[in-house]
Amino acid sequence: MIASPTPPRVVLYEGPGAEPLEAATRRDLFTRLLDRGYAVSLAGRGAPATPPEAAVIVLGRFQGSPPAVEGGSGPVSVRDISGEPLEQVVDAVEAARGSRPMNRPEAAAAETGGETWKPWFPVIDMDRCTNCMQCLSFCLFDVYGVSDDHHLQVENPANCKVNCPACSRVCPDVAIMFPKYHAGPIDGAPVSESDVSREKMKVDISALLGGDIYAKLRERSAGAKARFSRERSEDQALAERRRCLKKLADAEAIPREVLDALPTPEEIQRRAAEAAARAEAARAAAEAAT
Amino acid sequence: MSDAPTPPSDPQQPRLLYCRCAYAQVVPDDVKNDVLAGLADSGAAFEAVPDLCEMAARRDPQLAELAAAGPLRIAACWPRAVRGLFTQAGSPLPKEGVAIHNMRTDSATTVLAGMQGIADTPETAPGDTP
Repeated sequence: MIASPTPPRVVLYEGPGAEPLEAATRRDLFTRLLDRGYAVSLAGRGAPATPPEAAVIVLGRFQGSPPAVEGGSGPVSVRDISGEPLEQVVDAVEAARGSRPMNRPEAAAAETGGETWKPWFPVIDMDRCTNCMQCLSFCLFDVYGVSDDHHLQVENPANCKVNCPACSRVCPDVAIMFPKYHAGPIDGAPVSESDVSREKMKVDISALLGGDIYAKLRERSAGAKARFSRERSEDQALAERRRCLKKLADAEAIPREVLDALPTPEEIQRRAAEAAARAEAARAAAEAAT
Repeated sequence: MSDAPTPPSDPQQPRLLYCRCAYAQVVPDDVKNDVLAGLADSGAAFEAVPDLCEMAARRDPQLAELAAAGPLRIAACWPRAVRGLFTQAGSPLPKEGVAIHNMRTDSATTVLAGMQGIADTPETAPGDTP
C-alpha cells in the first residue's frame, strides 16, 4: 500500500558503449516492467536521465564497461542483458528488488502474489479550493486534514473508499478531483460554469434537506429507532435503514460497498461531530491567521 | 561504477514522461499502448512510470526530480489532474515549460506529435486552470 517503500527504478541504457535494443524488444521490455509496477527510463540519448534518489537497476547490452551513473544517492546495480530473453531480464529485476514489499497493478499482483492498492483518493485543485472545509466535515474516514498553515490537505489517502467520489459532490467549488473517476469534472476535466452552478445547487439542496447525506442517514436512522421503540420491531428498523441506503446507492451518490461498510449510526454521529469540530477549528485558525 | 565517459545529453531538451495509468482502465488501452510504442520506437530518452496517482500517494521522490528538472512534456490524462497530483505530492509543476498531453481524450497520433514537439499544443486544455 502507500506505506510501501519506493520501488527500485529501472534504467535501460542505450548510450555510447551500449548496443541499442531492437525497437520491438525495447517496447516489450517497457510494457512488461511498467505493468509490474516499475518505473523505467530510456537513457543515453537526448535529455539526461533524472539522477535517481531511489535504488536503481541499470540494464543494457554493454560493449565493455557499463557507463558511470552521476548524481543520485540510492544503491545502483548493473546488469548486462546481452543475449538474455526478456523473461529472464524481468526476473532479474524482480530478484534485484529483493524482498522489499511493493504495490502492484492488479494483473501483476495476481501473477506474482503481491498486493494491490488502487490509488483512489481525492486530489485538490488548489486554484479552485476556497478552504471552506466542507469536505473535511463531510468525510467520516479522516481522509482530510489541515496543514500547519491552516489549509485543507489530503492527509490519509489510503483511508479513502475506493470508487467513492462522494466528497467531490459536496464541494461547492468543484475543487475535488478523483483522477481515476470515469467522468468529468470529477476526473479532472475542465470545469464549466454549469458544473459550478450544479454543484452549488447540490449543496443548497443538501442544506435544505438539513445537512449532508450522513445527516440524512442519521435522521432516518433516528426515525427508525423511534419506531423501533414504539413498535419494538428490530426487523422494521433494519428494513428502514436498508431502504435509506438503497436509495443512496441507487442514486449513485455513494457506492453500495461504502454504504455497507458504514459504521453504526451512533459512530457516524460521533465521527461527524468530530470532523465538523476539526473543520470549524481550522476555519477559525485560518481566519485568525489572515 | 566505471570510469566510462558519461553519455552526451542536452539539459535544454525537454524531458519526456509517460504515465501508464496501470491501476485503472480510464485511459484507452490502444492509446496508451500506441503512445508507449511510439516513444520506445523513437529511441529518444524518456521516462515511463506505472501510475502517477500511485506515485503521488507515496510522494515518490521521482515526482520532485521531474518537477525540478526543467522543460517537461507529459503524456498522461487531464492537465488539471496531473498538476493536482504533483502539487499534492509536494512538488508542484512549474507554470511554464510543462506541456501535458491527455491520453484520455486525444488520439495516440496527437499525443505523440505533442510529445515529440511536432505539434504545437497548448500547455493546458481550454477552460483548464494553468
